[in-house]
Amino acid sequence: MPFQSTTGDYQTKRTLETFGFLPPMTQEEIFDQIAYIIAQGWTPGIEHIHPSKAMNHYWTMWKLPFFGVSDLAQVVSELEACHRSYPDHHVRVTGYDNYTQSQGSCFVVFEGRG
Amino acid sequence: MSVKTYDAGVKEYRAMYWTPDYVPLDTDLLACFKCTGQPGVPREEVAAAVAAESSTGTWSTVWSELLTDLEFYKGRAYRIEDVPGDKESFYAFIAYPIDLFEEGSVVNVLTSLVGNVFGFKALRHLRLEDIRFPIAYVKTCMGPPSGIQVERDKLNKYGRPLLGATIKPKLGLSAKNYGRAVYECLRGGLDLTKDDENVNSQPFMRWQNRFEFVAEAVSAAQAETGERKGHYLNVTAADPEQMYERAEFAKELGQPIIMHDFLTGGFTANTGLAKWCRKNGMLLHIHRAMHAVIDRHPKHGIHFRVLAKCLRLSGGDHLHTGTVVGKLEGDRGSTLGFVDLLRESFIPEDRARGIFFDQDWGSMPGVFAVASGGIHVWHMPALVTIFGDDSVLQFGGGTQGHPWGNAAGAAANRVALEACVKARNEGRELEKEAREIMTGAAKHSPELAIAMETWKEIKFEFDTVDKLDVG
Repeated sequence: MPFQSTTGDYQTKRTLETFGFLPPMTQEEIFDQIAYIIAQGWTPGIEHIHPSKAMNHYWTMWKLPFFGVSDLAQVVSELEACHRSYPDHHVRVTGYDNYTQSQGSCFVVFEGRG
Repeated sequence: MSVKTYDAGVKEYRAMYWTPDYVPLDTDLLACFKCTGQPGVPREEVAAAVAAESSTGTWSTVWSELLTDLEFYKGRAYRIEDVPGDKESFYAFIAYPIDLFEEGSVVNVLTSLVGNVFGFKALRHLRLEDIRFPIAYVKTCMGPPSGIQVERDKLNKYGRPLLGATIKPKLGLSAKNYGRAVYECLRGGLDLTKDDENVNSQPFMRWQNRFEFVAEAVSAAQAETGERKGHYLNVTAADPEQMYERAEFAKELGQPIIMHDFLTGGFTANTGLAKWCRKNGMLLHIHRAMHAVIDRHPKHGIHFRVLAKCLRLSGGDHLHTGTVVGKLEGDRGSTLGFVDLLRESFIPEDRARGIFFDQDWGSMPGVFAVASGGIHVWHMPALVTIFGDDSVLQFGGGTQGHPWGNAAGAAANRVALEACVKARNEGRELEKEAREIMTGAAKHSPELAIAMETWKEIKFEFDTVDKLDVG
């Protein structure tokens, strides 16, 4: 096995919850996850924060959640706009589920360098 | 009813307690029993006897019955059904007026429904299959201290099952070594770790020492990973005073979650602890030691779906449900049935999953289903499919048995879990494409690759003892 040279020393990773242990997603893979949020009937929302405050419950909202939006491209362009405005911030997308009054999904799309 | 006169002696139960024309009220508590009578006793008489002995009846008429209106208080056997594929037993449906039970007390409900009647001589076996708690009764119970959504919000875990492990070996570690095992699991990527149910406060590890070392492990792992973590501190104790003392100390240490064994500890202790948790903003994990003594025999005892419903009423934020795929007993349809009963707000009757009644929980919070026992990374695709997001998947041996230790084992499970959730969201069929999804994920994770290699041969394929009744 190619990895047998690994010593078995496991270094602790700083991660950002869901999907934090997967390699960075391709654009296509990110689209799929946002499409899943929309398909569940959840409302996509975008939040960002400086990496030093990543453990806060409340990150800053980028505009309001995108109520009634079913167009994937619109959510993606908002994500990119948020990232351009705050290039050193983490940016995450949430799926607000108004039935459970919670978030059905939430994952980081852009990692800021803090 | 002053027209009645006192007639001493023994009467047939069915004269008073078999009422096939009765239409149950919305406020009635309904129960379904699987009855196996002694040879020669008619079904109606057996059903009526169960109704009588679990409500107002006794073996002989007594004069003081005439001081009340037993027609108002009696339980009624109102339906009998065949058990599919079983000629010897039958289902008896019994309706109990709500006033037979103290408000907010599953203790009182169980004392009546599964009390003396289970030792009744006219019966060979008796099993309580299901209870329909009327919404009027549900509203008198507090239920889970936090529930699924509040726990997600507190722990910041969204869109996936939570990942946990029970710390092993389950007995014999010192508090400091035990805290080490917790720290390694959590820093590797688990969300939660758990005291084994056997761990209370033994000579090798007293509870205060354990709580203190674990608290340090949790906060170190949290600081180093940037994610929220917890450890179920078991506060099950010899008496309620010690139980509350331990709970208070866990709170003092700033811990998010404690744990209780609801059957060995008892429903009174459990309900009290749940109320304490609600009051103190603490999550409550529930273990179910002793359940198989009560629920495993297909013809006698209490089905686990009833125990699960009682726990939701008594209060708990997590409950063990079995894994379907691991080392412990569990039929898939039946497990899915009581997983729904724990989590959903309305569950319709569905005999294919062993659910005998519609159950309306109103606004009572849901309980996380906990799958634990003999599971490893290869089970992940099936577990995510069976249990969905509102579950805690606990890999004890499957984390700590990793050749590189707990942290690598934890990372392997976390990678596998997230790969499965991602694939599911992409619309892929997890169980069919399991090998491909897992192999793909392992390309980026040597920890997962070696875990897959370690556990590839292990299977737990024994026939289920307690199956659903089908023809």
